[in-house]
Amino acid sequence: MMTYPLFKLLIRHAPLLILAMAWEAASRLHLVSPLALPPLTDVARAWFELVQSGELLSNGLSSLYRAGAGLALAIMAGGALGIFMASSRPVNAMLGPLVELFYPMPKSALIPVTVLWLGFGDGSKILLIFLGCMLPVTIGAYNGARGSDRHLIWSARSMGARRLRMVWDVVVPSALPELLNGVRTALALSFILLVSSELIVARQGFGYLIGYLGANGSYEAMFAVVLTVAFTGFLADRVYQAVVARVLRWRE
Amino acid sequence: MTAAMRRVAWGAARLAPIVALLAAWEIFARSGAVTPFMLPALSAVAERIYDDALDGELFINIGVTLYRALAGFAIAAVGGVVLGAAMARNAVARWFFDPIISVGFPMPKIAFLPVVILWLGLYDVPKITMVVLDAIFPVVTATIAGIAGVEKELLWSARNMGAKDRELLWQVLLPAALPQILTGLQVALPIALIVVVVTEMQMGGYGLGGAMMQASRFANSRGVFAGIVEIAVIGYALVAVMAALRRRLLGWHQEAQEGAGV
Repeated sequence: MMTYPLFKLLIRHAPLLILAMAWEAASRLHLVSPLALPPLTDVARAWFELVQSGELLSNGLSSLYRAGAGLALAIMAGGALGIFMASSRPVNAMLGPLVELFYPMPKSALIPVTVLWLGFGDGSKILLIFLGCMLPVTIGAYNGARGSDRHLIWSARSMGARRLRMVWDVVVPSALPELLNGVRTALALSFILLVSSELIVARQGFGYLIGYLGANGSYEAMFAVVLTVAFTGFLADRVYQAVVARVLRWRE
Repeated sequence: MTAAMRRVAWGAARLAPIVALLAAWEIFARSGAVTPFMLPALSAVAERIYDDALDGELFINIGVTLYRALAGFAIAAVGGVVLGAAMARNAVARWFFDPIISVGFPMPKIAFLPVVILWLGLYDVPKITMVVLDAIFPVVTATIAGIAGVEKELLWSARNMGAKDRELLWQVLLPAALPQILTGLQVALPIALIVVVVTEMQMGGYGLGGAMMQASRFANSRGVFAGIVEIAVIGYALVAVMAALRRRLLGWHQEAQEGAGV
C-alpha cells in the first residue's frame, strides 16, 4: 500500500488539524468574539493579501537580514572565542569568569541600550542578536573543544602539525557536535530577540508589522503575521537540524 | 597551602577579570572617548541604583518582576512535569500533544505577545501567561526524556514488589527522572527571565523592564544602564540558586557523588 506512510503522517498530525478546526469553529459559532480570534480562513485570506501587497515579503526580508547578520557574527566570534578559551589556559582564566558572569543575563535587557547606541534601524537589531547569541555558541565550542581527544592532539603534534593548523584540522572537527548544538540554541534565541526588539522599537520587520496591524485593529492580518513568524522559526530549526545531520555524517 | 587558602586564592583569581572589566568601564567612560549619554560611568550608574534603592522604587520593581517571572516559572514547572508525565505514560495524551509540542517548541512564542495582550489586557496575567507559554516546552520535553530513560529493571522490580501506578510514578519514575527534569527547569528559568523583561518593556508600568523603557524614552541612559546591571544581577542570582537547588536535591544521585557540577 503506497498510501500507508501518508496515512500515518495524517494520524500523527491530526491533533494540529483538530486544533485548527476548533479555532475555526469557535470563531464562526461565536463561542469567542471574532475580534479576539478571527476565523482561521479569514486569517488565511489576510495572509494572501499581505503576500500580494508585498508587505509580508519586504518586512520579512528585513527581519531575516537582521537575524542572519547578527547570527553569522555571533557564530564566528563565539566559536572562535570558545575554541581559543579551550586551547589556552591564560585566555580561559581571563575570559572564563566574564563568560560565566554574562551568560545567565537575560539578553532582552540589552534592547534599550542597542537602540541608544545605534538607533531604530538594522544596526541596533544586528548588534542585539550578535551580543545575545554569542555566548551559547562560545560555551558549545568551549565544551566541545575541551573534550577533544588528547591522543588526537598529541599525534597531530608529533606529526609536526603547527598550532593553528592543528586547531583547524583536529580541534574544530571534534568540537563540531557541541558547537552546532550551541548554534541551535543561538538560532532559537535570535528569533526571540529579533521579534522582541522589533515589537518594542522598529520601523520595519515582522515584529513591527505585527504591532502596526494590531494597533490598526486589522486582527486577521495580525494573526497572519504572527503565525508566519512562528512557522518561520519552526522551519528554521527543522532546516538547521537537517543540515547538521548531513554535516555530522562523517561521525557515523 | 591549606584547602581554605587555596579556595580564597582561586576565588580571587576568578574575581580579578570582573574587577578589571568594571575598572575599564569606569576609566573608558571618564576618558572622554565616548559621551556620558552613550556610556555613563559605572559610578554614575551605581549612584542611580543607590538612589532608586533609597526611595524604594528599586525594590518595588525587583519584587514585581520577580513575582511575574517566578509565578510563570512555577506554573510552567508544575504544568510541564504533569503534561510530560502524562505524555510518557498515556498513549492518547502522547498522540494529542506530541505534534503540538514538537511544532511549538522551536516557535518564537514571543510573537504571540500582541495576541495575548489583546486577550488578557496589560497587567500581570498576560505577562505571566507569556512566561508560561515560553518556559513550559523545555520542561515537558525534559520530563518525557527523563521518564523514557528510566531503567526497565527498576520498573519491573517496583512492579514485582507490588507498587501501584501512583506509587510507581511518585516513588520511582519521577525521582529517577529528576536529573533531567531539573535540567529542563534550568533551561526554562533564563527563558522566563528573558520573556518577563520583554513583556514589561512592551507594556510598561512597574517592573525592571518597564523602568528601563521609561528611562530610555526620556533618553536617560543612566537609568537604562542601571536597569541592565539590576537585571544581570537578578539573572545571575536566580541561575546560581537553581544550580544550588540541583546539588541539594540530587545529593543522593551519583551525579553529585561524582562531583560533576553543572
